[in-house]
Amino acid sequence: MSSGSVAAVVELSDAEKRFGAVRALEGVDFSVFAGECVGLVGHNGAGKSTLVQVLAGALAPERGRISIAGALQTDYAVNRALQLGIRCVFQELSLCPNLSVAENMAVNHPSLRGVGWRRRAADLIGMKLDEIFPGHDIDASDIVQELSIGRRQMVEVARAFTVTQVPLALVILDEPTSSLDAHTAGQLLAYVRRFVEAGQSCILISHLLGEVLRHADRIVVMRDGQVAAADDVAAFDRDTLVAAMGGGARKAPAVVHASGGPRSDRALRVRARPARQHDDAELIAREGEIIGLAGLAGHGQTDLLLAVFKAAEHRAVGLEVTAPVALVAGDRQSDGIFPLASIAQNIGIRSLARLRSGLLISARREAELARFWQDRIRIRTPSLDNNILSLSGGNQQKALFARALGSDARIVLMDDPMRGVDIGTKIEVYDLLREEARGGRTFLWYTTETEELAHCDHVYIFQNGRIVANLDRNEVTEEKVIQSSFSDAG
Amino acid sequence: MSARAVRAWLPALSFALVVGAIAWLNPRAISYLGFNLMLNLAVPIALATIAQMFVIAGNELDLSIGPFVGFVGCVTATWLRDSPLLGAAALIAAIAIYAALGALIYRRSLPSIVVTLGMSFVWLGLAILLLPKPGGKAPDWLLATVGYQPPWIPLPILAALVIAGVAHFGLMRTSYGAILRGSGGNPAALARAGWSLLKTKVVLFALAGCFGVLSGMTLIGITTSADANIGSGYTLLAIAGVILGGGEFVGGRVSPVGAVMGALTMALAASPLLTFMNIPPDWQVAANGAILIIVLAVRALVSTRE
Repeated sequence: MSSGSVAAVVELSDAEKRFGAVRALEGVDFSVFAGECVGLVGHNGAGKSTLVQVLAGALAPERGRISIAGALQTDYAVNRALQLGIRCVFQELSLCPNLSVAENMAVNHPSLRGVGWRRRAADLIGMKLDEIFPGHDIDASDIVQELSIGRRQMVEVARAFTVTQVPLALVILDEPTSSLDAHTAGQLLAYVRRFVEAGQSCILISHLLGEVLRHADRIVVMRDGQVAAADDVAAFDRDTLVAAMGGGARKAPAVVHASGGPRSDRALRVRARPARQHDDAELIAREGEIIGLAGLAGHGQTDLLLAVFKAAEHRAVGLEVTAPVALVAGDRQSDGIFPLASIAQNIGIRSLARLRSGLLISARREAELARFWQDRIRIRTPSLDNNILSLSGGNQQKALFARALGSDARIVLMDDPMRGVDIGTKIEVYDLLREEARGGRTFLWYTTETEELAHCDHVYIFQNGRIVANLDRNEVTEEKVIQSSFSDAG
Repeated sequence: MSARAVRAWLPALSFALVVGAIAWLNPRAISYLGFNLMLNLAVPIALATIAQMFVIAGNELDLSIGPFVGFVGCVTATWLRDSPLLGAAALIAAIAIYAALGALIYRRSLPSIVVTLGMSFVWLGLAILLLPKPGGKAPDWLLATVGYQPPWIPLPILAALVIAGVAHFGLMRTSYGAILRGSGGNPAALARAGWSLLKTKVVLFALAGCFGVLSGMTLIGITTSADANIGSGYTLLAIAGVILGGGEFVGGRVSPVGAVMGALTMALAASPLLTFMNIPPDWQVAANGAILIIVLAVRALVSTRE
């Protein structure tokens, strides 16, 4: 626990950092002591990422002092931070996809070289994976590209905890569980507790407030580039955290449903049987419904969404899709955004047929569509003509929602789209989804966050590529979801 | 067999197919002398392909490797024979220029295609200045080296094995090789871990320069005299060899062993196979292109299944 007499592992005082006109950090004081896990929470754009980058040496603040283990640092940069035992797992995955798991170890451990380095690297990462995620099925010779996103995150986290020459002092985990299912996320968080109990320190950034409340010793809340609150974990609960983040009094709203009348009255939109389904269970979605796809991450939910997406164009066996379809990608960097295009172009791309005038795309209509959705979904940007990458992650995701909702699609497929999105954005999007469902749109929503299932009319639980449970909305509880996900039925 | 394995075996398979076709058309070609003759010119192509592969590993493309090989050839057939010190200095300087190009491309974020396309005219111009009309003569020690006939295994095959082995060890087995490939896979992650991307780019281009020099020297050893345009076809052959060998233009996915096999396949398909098939020389270039398209199409099929 924190104590004033011992030198902090890391102490940052009065740090300030600007990006153009934006003040990302305004006089932030922040410290971490040995043997504690500090939870860091805040909206997107609150300054968490900037703070992390400063601590990791990737960004130099314009003002402020940084001390490591009591020693004031003058020439602080990434290499210096690594030498002092400070590691960071960044939010976007930072493995080299073309290298094997073992080869990726060389990136962070320059001392892995010379005869037998591959063997040593494989042993190191293999042992750490066994320690953090017992029962994992990752081999050190696997090429990262060929691993699922969840397994990549496991590798990345495990790599951050491996030690070669420099003893570890502090590991910063930025949304470490965003692509992990409940089971592996639990393994990781349990490991974090063991890690800090052994005297080392950890900063845990997560948008899952329950995760932070359960596993941190102390919580620092950031808001608008400043520390809004900092105290022992016992001083917070979910509501006070949300309030401190600036969520105001906006609690997660009581769920209101669109459902009018019994299910079978409404028009069928999607009827789908997973390819690996043996029995006659199938997924049915009707007009105006929000259908949840749940279960452990990577158990066939995305495959089903993609199958439905394809079936809208070409007929497929076991699939019936009766209306145009749009997909909101979860991995927005690789499947979602067009990085070279503007925000307006990114929104309009699914609706080009409507935006055409003659043979050309009408810039006016494209701008109108984008403006309409900017207001509707509140995309925060000075101009829609800016490049899409100028937006924060949450706002990029909003643009992807705008792309799907602004199109003629009556069925919207969502592939875990809220990954790493701040809670304010989420609440806005939830409201919008309900409104759109009331207007007759159908949503198929794969999510790794059990809380989000509360917004669904009906939930299908997947295991090993098959539907193993089929829950009505008043049957959905976390316990039930986990029970079905881990049932032996598969 | 997994798609990954199919992909890894495709270069070997296409090479075996071409050799098989030649054996069927003309069994006598499959002999010590036959391989010596057929694969003679494959060695400089393999070296140029490896040079290109280093550049592609870092997500760049070298459009000047052909003229560069021609320039090296002209230096080899003139200065390196007449005043070896001057010749050696010129070749080392050429490698240094390659390294400097890497630095320039990284520092100014220039597209490598533009820079190397420009450089291709520089190399060609220098080669013409040095040797306005075909001529010159390879140094005797080079002729002796290239003409060496080892027992049992024809020299070109031995050379291909050595080239593939050296490049494979350096790029695929050493830890800095992994970093070099990583610079094509996820440069941001490398920078964040404290590696210098300037250095990786310079090293990759310098390696390309080294192998380009070896390619030009070997070529002159085989042809015995030089011509400024001698390497003109090499740019595309080298790119095709890398891609045929399982490499990707972006993402740092390359295979040295595959690239050498790709180069050998290109060299065999380029002329011996087509000659045995009685395809007139006028059509050989087009037929060559067709073979390339077929093999790449098969590879694309395999990739989409992945």
